[in-house]
Amino acid sequence: MYPENFRYTKEHEWVLVEAGIGTIGITDHAQQELGDIVYVDLPKVGAAVDQGKSLGSVESVKAVSDVYSPVSGEVIEVNHALSEAPEKLNQDPHGDAWLVKVRLTAPGEISNLLSAAEYQSYIGAEK
Amino acid sequence: MSIQKVRAHISQNEALLFERSSPGKRGYQLPGLDVPPVDPAAALGAENVRVEIEGFPEVSEVEAIRHFTRLSTWNYAIDYGMYPLGSCTMKYNPRVNELVARTEGLAWAHPYQPEALSQGAMEVMARLEAALLEITGMDAVTLQPAAGAHGELTGILLVRACLEKRGNPRKKILIPDSAHGTNPATAAIAGYAVENIRSSERGTLDLAALEQAVTEEVAALMVTNPNTLGVFEENIARVSELLHRKGAMLYMDGANMNALVGITRPGDFGVDVMHLNLHKTFSTPHGGGGPGGGPVAVKKVLEPFLPVPRLKRAGKKWTWNYKRPDSIGRVRAFYGNFGVLVRALAYILAHGGEGLRNATLDAVLNANYLRKKLEPYFDLPYPLPNMHEVVFSDDRQSRRGVRTGDIAKRLIDYGFHPYTVSFPLIVHGALMIEPTETEGKLELDQFADALVSIAAEVESDPDLVKSAPHSTRTSRVDEVTAARRPVVRWKPASTGSQAAG
Repeated sequence: MYPENFRYTKEHEWVLVEAGIGTIGITDHAQQELGDIVYVDLPKVGAAVDQGKSLGSVESVKAVSDVYSPVSGEVIEVNHALSEAPEKLNQDPHGDAWLVKVRLTAPGEISNLLSAAEYQSYIGAEK
Repeated sequence: MSIQKVRAHISQNEALLFERSSPGKRGYQLPGLDVPPVDPAAALGAENVRVEIEGFPEVSEVEAIRHFTRLSTWNYAIDYGMYPLGSCTMKYNPRVNELVARTEGLAWAHPYQPEALSQGAMEVMARLEAALLEITGMDAVTLQPAAGAHGELTGILLVRACLEKRGNPRKKILIPDSAHGTNPATAAIAGYAVENIRSSERGTLDLAALEQAVTEEVAALMVTNPNTLGVFEENIARVSELLHRKGAMLYMDGANMNALVGITRPGDFGVDVMHLNLHKTFSTPHGGGGPGGGPVAVKKVLEPFLPVPRLKRAGKKWTWNYKRPDSIGRVRAFYGNFGVLVRALAYILAHGGEGLRNATLDAVLNANYLRKKLEPYFDLPYPLPNMHEVVFSDDRQSRRGVRTGDIAKRLIDYGFHPYTVSFPLIVHGALMIEPTETEGKLELDQFADALVSIAAEVESDPDLVKSAPHSTRTSRVDEVTAARRPVVRWKPASTGSQAAG
C-alpha cells in the first residue's frame, strides 16, 4: 500500500526524491480521511516551498485542509490535471494524482521524514 | 362521506417562478395615469433607464405567495423543535424582541434622518454598547460589523492599526488547530501569515508550544473560549501574559460566549479584543443567512482605532463623531444592522443580569445533561468538563461502517435538526451537540432517546442509518458533484443546461 521508496510526513504527505527532484502528494490514508475531494489549490511553477509549511490545500466535502510540504525547494511542475479532475486524488493518490514536483534546496531534510513502515505504524496509532 | 385532506398542499416539487411564468401576468393593477407623463430618460438620464429585464418571471400575487410559503414549509426552524447545531448557538428568538423591533419609530427610522430625530435610535445603540461592555468587561465597543467573521476581520484590523502606529504591524497570527475556519481566513485577509498551534492531549491550548511560538513577529493569538470542544481554557490569563510580554495581543472569538455571560468576563482574563455574535448569544435571528450582528469590544489601547462614526454625548444629546484620525474607517454602511441591535438590547433588558446568568447556567446544564445521557452510547474523545456544548466521536459506530454524517441524517427522521458534523477537525468523526438553554427536559430527553435509538439501529440494521433520511422530500443529495461542478444559476431549458441535478 505505502511504497517503500517514498518518505512520509505526520501530516500525511509523501515525497519521492529522484535526482534532486521531489515529487509530492498526499497519502492514501489522507484521501480516505478527507473523503471525496472536490477542489485542489496548488502553487505556481517557480514558487518557493519550505519544509513543514503549507504549499496549497485540498478541499473535500467535509473541510479544507492545508497540504504541508515535506521538503524545501522550488516548484518546477504542477499537476494541472487535478484542477479538472480532483477525484483522481481519491483514486490514485500515490501515482497519477501527485501534486507538485520541486527541485530540492535542502536534500538533507529527507532524514526528518518517516519511512513507509514508520508511517504505517503512525497511522495505526493515530485515532 | 367525508373527504379528509391529508396534505397541506399537493405540490411535492415546487416549480421555480421562472418556470411558472406566463407572459403578461401581473401581481397588481395600477389605475390609469392622471398626471402628465414624464419621460424617465429625460428625467433620470437614458443610461439609468432599463426598458425590460429579459426572462423576468411574470406571476400573480397568489402564485408568488404560495411559492414562497410552500418553500418555507420545507425548512426546519427553531420554532419547530430543537436545533442542536454545535458552535452555532441556535437558541429560541423570543417574540418580545420582534415586538420591540417593530416599534414604529425604530422600524421606520431612516439612517439619513437628522440626529435630532434619531435620538431614540441612538439611545438604543448607546444602551446596547453599555450592556455589552458590562457583560464582556471591555472598555469600548463598535456595533458596526455585520456578523462574526466580519467582527473578526474588524478586530484584527484594529490590532494591525495599533501595531502599525507603534512602528511594526508584525507578521503572524497564531491560531489553535481547534479554531473556527474563519479565524485563519481573517488573519490572511488582514495580511498576516497564519501559524497553527497544536492542542494538547487534553484538547486545550498547549502552554509550552505557545511559549515557543510567541515571538516579536506575532501580532496576536486568536482563541475561542470556551474552545470548540466546549472546554474552558483554564490557563487563559497565563496565555494573555505570555502574549503581552512579547507585545502581542489576545483576540477572543466570542462564538461561545453563551457559556460565559454573567459568569466570567473576557476583559477580566486578559483579552484585548473580541467579537460577539448577537445572533448566537443574544437571540437575534440566524434565519435566512442574516442579517447578523458582530460587535467588536476592545480594551482602551485599541479604542482610538475603532470604526467611525462613534456615538458621542454632547450635552443632553447623542451625536455622531467622525473626527477620529486613527480610526480604521467604516466597516459597514451607516451604523450596522440596526434592527438586530434593537432585538439584542430587548433580549438583554428582558432577562436582566440575573436572567442572563441563569440562561448561561441552563445552557451548561443542558449540555452536561445530554453528555451524561449519551456517554454510554457514544465515544467521548476529550473527557474534560464541558460547558455549553459536548463533542462525541463516531468511533464506536464507524466500526459498523456508520459515520457521523449518517447518524446526523438519521436524526432528521426523528424530527430533529442534525448536530454539527465533522467539526472541530481535531476530533475524528465529530458529533458536536449544543442544546442551548432554550430546551426543557422533555425536548432534551426526546433528543437523547433519538440518538440512543439510532445507536441501537447502527448495531441491528446499519444500512437503515446509512441510507437515511427516509422521511424527507429528497434524501441523499449528490454533495460531491454539487461541490465539484456547482450549477449556481438557472437557465431556461432551451438555451442551455438546466439546474436539474
